[in-house]
Amino acid sequence: MSIFSSKNFKLLSSPLNLQNPITVQILGICSALAVTVKLKPAIVMGLSVMVVTAISNLVISAMRNYIPPRIRIIVQLVVVATMVILVDQLLRAFVYDVSKQLSVYVGLIITNCIIMGRLEAFAMGNKPWPSFVDGIGNGLGYAMILIVIGFIRELFGSGAVLGYNVVPKSFYDFGYINNGMMIMPTMALILVGVIIWIQRSFNKELIEKD
Amino acid sequence: MKNFSNTYIFIFSTVMVIIVALLLSMAAMQLKPLQDKNIEVEKKQNILTSIRIPSTTKNAVDLYTKYITDSYVINNKGEKQDGVNAFDVELKIELEKPASQRLLPVFVGTLDDQSKAYSLPVRGKGLWGPIWGYVSLKPDMNTIYGVTYDHQGETPGLGAEIATAWFQKPFTDKKLFKDSTDFVSIKVVKGGAPKDDPHAVDAISGGTITSKGLQATLDSCLIQYKTYFIQNRH
Repeated sequence: MSIFSSKNFKLLSSPLNLQNPITVQILGICSALAVTVKLKPAIVMGLSVMVVTAISNLVISAMRNYIPPRIRIIVQLVVVATMVILVDQLLRAFVYDVSKQLSVYVGLIITNCIIMGRLEAFAMGNKPWPSFVDGIGNGLGYAMILIVIGFIRELFGSGAVLGYNVVPKSFYDFGYINNGMMIMPTMALILVGVIIWIQRSFNKELIEKD
Repeated sequence: MKNFSNTYIFIFSTVMVIIVALLLSMAAMQLKPLQDKNIEVEKKQNILTSIRIPSTTKNAVDLYTKYITDSYVINNKGEKQDGVNAFDVELKIELEKPASQRLLPVFVGTLDDQSKAYSLPVRGKGLWGPIWGYVSLKPDMNTIYGVTYDHQGETPGLGAEIATAWFQKPFTDKKLFKDSTDFVSIKVVKGGAPKDDPHAVDAISGGTITSKGLQATLDSCLIQYKTYFIQNRH
């Protein structure tokens, strides 16, 4: 099996659409609401989750034949927690302002259902490389939704993108005001709903039968 | 799936925990200096903001050395305490001590026109967690020169607005004393402060508890300096 066989490519691409962790599996919603007021924390959070999912998948998959099944959940948690603490320490050292905005949510990556779900469902039964690709794919699927929501919320909530004001001053002079609703977590949930709606209207197979 | 013996499980867990512990402590030790530096820069930026000197993470250390010309620690009777570096005092720890044993830092800024501004830390409770900041006073020890506030997790768009310029700006030129000895602090008034009231600013609509928390924070932290204010007016 070559490194980028069609099977591996599918692992990477399916979480972006038909198996998206947020919009199809409805996992990781909590952090998707909490860190998407601005685009920058959303990007950093997406990247952090991607790194943690991919590397945890890789480590667990490499150890999968040596992990005693009776303590496998504990082993998975230890690996995930170690990765998350490392990511948190690195963020604090190199992007302090972002780590302040993400605050407790970095620590909460440990309990992000996407990661435990991928470890248990995929990494425990597959070889290291496909597991790593699967982790990257799911992390990307998560990051993609966060970035879309972060972009919309920052644009309409604060009139900016990545902290730079993009709404011209003349708009404000004409009476345009930033939408305060966009800053509230509620709007993130509504946006997730809208994304699910759009996605399902393009992919009829996602619509439940009844 | 293979069957593992109990001995194997114990050895496996022990080895795993030791590896993880080594890895994490190494990372923590390597990154600690960088993290401490970030916290120090942030504190210097906050003090500079309170004396209305804009700074970035890059130039904060240099600007701090340039503008903050003196700093010392006093107690609640206004007496200077020797042997303590004001910058190293953690207000959070001080506020847990009995009032008479607290170390109260004073940061003296010398502005471009050679006038002085005295920056004092404040800390208290908001709605969801701690709020803190710095309040700087003019040499009369009564008129506010500038303020900066920050918070851990107040509601975005509501309580979190205490960290924004529109809320902080009206504090400038407000007065702490009603007459020479009557300390009244600053009230945060819901529905808008009267224009000519020198002791009140507008509260945040929808952020009532954070506003009240800030008012209590200012009152309880600044009143500790009352004797110092009265003795050091210029």
